[in-house]
Amino acid sequence: MPGRVAQAIEPGVVRRLARRLSAGVVIVTGTNGKTTTSRLISHVVQAAGLTPVHNRAGANLATGIAAALVQHSTAQGRLRGDLGVFEVDEATLPVVSGPLAPRSIVLTNLFRDQLDRYGEIDIVAGRWQRALSGAAGATAVIFNADDPLVADVGTGYGGPRVAFGIADVSCGIGVVEHAADARYCYRCGSRYVYDAVFFGHMGLYRCDGCGWRRPEPAVVATDVRMLGIEGTEFTLQTPAGTQRVRTPLPGVYNIHNVLAASAACLRLNVPFETITRQIGTFTPAFGRAEAVRLNGHQAVVLLAKNPAGFNEVLRTVLREPGDRVVMIAINDLTADGRDISWLWDVDFEMLAPGAAPIVVSGLRAEDMALRLRYAGIDEARVTTVPSIAAGLDAAAMAAGPARRLFVLPTYTAMLELRRVLQKRGLVRRFWEQ
Amino acid sequence: MHCVIVGTLMELRICHLYPDLLNLYGDRGNLMALSARARWRGIEVRVDERGLHDAVPSGGHDLYFLGGGEDRQQRLAAQDLRESKGAALRDAAGRGAVVLAVCGGYQLLGRYYRPAEGEDLLGVGLLDLTTEHPGPAAQRLIGNIVIRSALLGGATLVGFENHGGRTRLGPSARPLGVVLSGYGNNGEDRTEGAVSGHVYGTYLHGPLLPKNPVLTDHLIGAALRSRDPEMVLAPLPDRVETAAHNAALARAHGLYPSKASGTGVHR
Repeated sequence: MPGRVAQAIEPGVVRRLARRLSAGVVIVTGTNGKTTTSRLISHVVQAAGLTPVHNRAGANLATGIAAALVQHSTAQGRLRGDLGVFEVDEATLPVVSGPLAPRSIVLTNLFRDQLDRYGEIDIVAGRWQRALSGAAGATAVIFNADDPLVADVGTGYGGPRVAFGIADVSCGIGVVEHAADARYCYRCGSRYVYDAVFFGHMGLYRCDGCGWRRPEPAVVATDVRMLGIEGTEFTLQTPAGTQRVRTPLPGVYNIHNVLAASAACLRLNVPFETITRQIGTFTPAFGRAEAVRLNGHQAVVLLAKNPAGFNEVLRTVLREPGDRVVMIAINDLTADGRDISWLWDVDFEMLAPGAAPIVVSGLRAEDMALRLRYAGIDEARVTTVPSIAAGLDAAAMAAGPARRLFVLPTYTAMLELRRVLQKRGLVRRFWEQ
Repeated sequence: MHCVIVGTLMELRICHLYPDLLNLYGDRGNLMALSARARWRGIEVRVDERGLHDAVPSGGHDLYFLGGGEDRQQRLAAQDLRESKGAALRDAAGRGAVVLAVCGGYQLLGRYYRPAEGEDLLGVGLLDLTTEHPGPAAQRLIGNIVIRSALLGGATLVGFENHGGRTRLGPSARPLGVVLSGYGNNGEDRTEGAVSGHVYGTYLHGPLLPKNPVLTDHLIGAALRSRDPEMVLAPLPDRVETAAHNAALARAHGLYPSKASGTGVHR
């Protein structure tokens, strides 16, 4: 706990250490995409000659940021690095945005997971608004135009702001999913009208009640081609240039992550060519569609932590050809959200057609099995194995040589899965990534 | 499975109120449980969704459901509920149809809800209770909860609660259960939920009904008996439901069900 110790010894430590980062600080916050976006920013700026200081994935509360700063300091208090790239828990933003005095704050999206920790989604947005109103005018706010709630916060900011978004209606899933959180205008209460829904409440929306509409983004993805688990190809349009890019990150949600990172890097004056080149060479982190070898065949791990994200992961899995086995691992620890009722907002009915075996695992394996029963999935397809290690074995055995295995864990279930695979020498150690 | 259906009534008519506004915390799981458990018994199910400004005719449904919502959505629903649905709900309560409300909807069935900020929301007064939010700085009552319900022969009900408002029952409402673990209506008097006739309110989501099939069947039976007093429900195999119920019981007591039940594989 070096972070907590340092904070206790010297409460101003974050402020003083952060000031020594010569290229400043970028904060990434939001419900989904923090880890991928901040890792992508680090990957790009390294190619531009900067040395990023990064907090460990998941260590995104104030203590985790203090720990990262202390760990990267010499005994004389000098920092080994010149740019802070910190992923910050959505409720922590108000606590750390003052001391860190960031050059940019990236707002990815707001979903209602972890309501048990934060109360209600409006409350989080309100906290962001207050945090930003206290930010220095030099701080740029980079925000997702496709999320009406985030866009409302972003456009209300008085300083420099950059919106990013997708401009391709073919990415749409057609209808507003049940998992959508923000269906009503936060200004006047009317129902949003969508020209396209990308997933959840992300999309091309407007309010006919008060005239509020999606702000026009400056950093845009057009002509999107989804390549399933292999990633996505699209045209990246920015004020600095336009270029066709291909990312190995799958799913529409990762387009937003790439756009967010691109906008943040442009703001840091990284050349456009460097950004587009690095997008193509960025490999996913564990649990973000990383393929692992397991008993001689391939398993793909896709983190799924809230309804809209889970639906998108399910669609990605179902688009893959061939026979498959699906393992779903649900934990209810604090980092997952202790309230697992969100499982009932995920459209597991998508899994009902076909005969793919499903292994349910984790601390709430039995809840997951129950959810599948009410999704109309034949009980004979479902095996309940609460232990994640044993569940993985059962899933691998069911997969055999002929089927692909997809593992869909919640956050702490993913960490446990990684520990299991590390013990077997199948993944690099956490901190080496 | 062979179903034995006593009586002649073959349709359960459900009215889902404010599916857009009040749909927090997996509330649609409650509709799934009601519908599936009726259909598995060969009973037809019709679910009508009724939102803001939609008229709800009196006498048209056997079971009315209201879910939870955030403060803003709850305020929109409160006024509409009084103005365009109150009469139908009072009629339902009078003829023994079932009204079930969870969390935000539960608060609206009472006399009033006093939020942390802003004016009071007047409820429809079907349940003799009041709810007050002690202010924005007050702790929300959040966590796994287990209650024991005398109404259901002492059965346990499991769920998750997450509410700022504190509810106090008046003399003509009885609690749905007594809190074994968690906070309940107000975190002080160990009561949870409220029942008056066949009007039920509770803070339990999780969602409420899938993991508590005893309550689900009680509600389906009561709803159908409002039109056919002879109606008896055939039992269903509840192995998966019971496993999830027991896992939630263990979790609410701070246990890890996977450790409690070993690493065994069960189908």
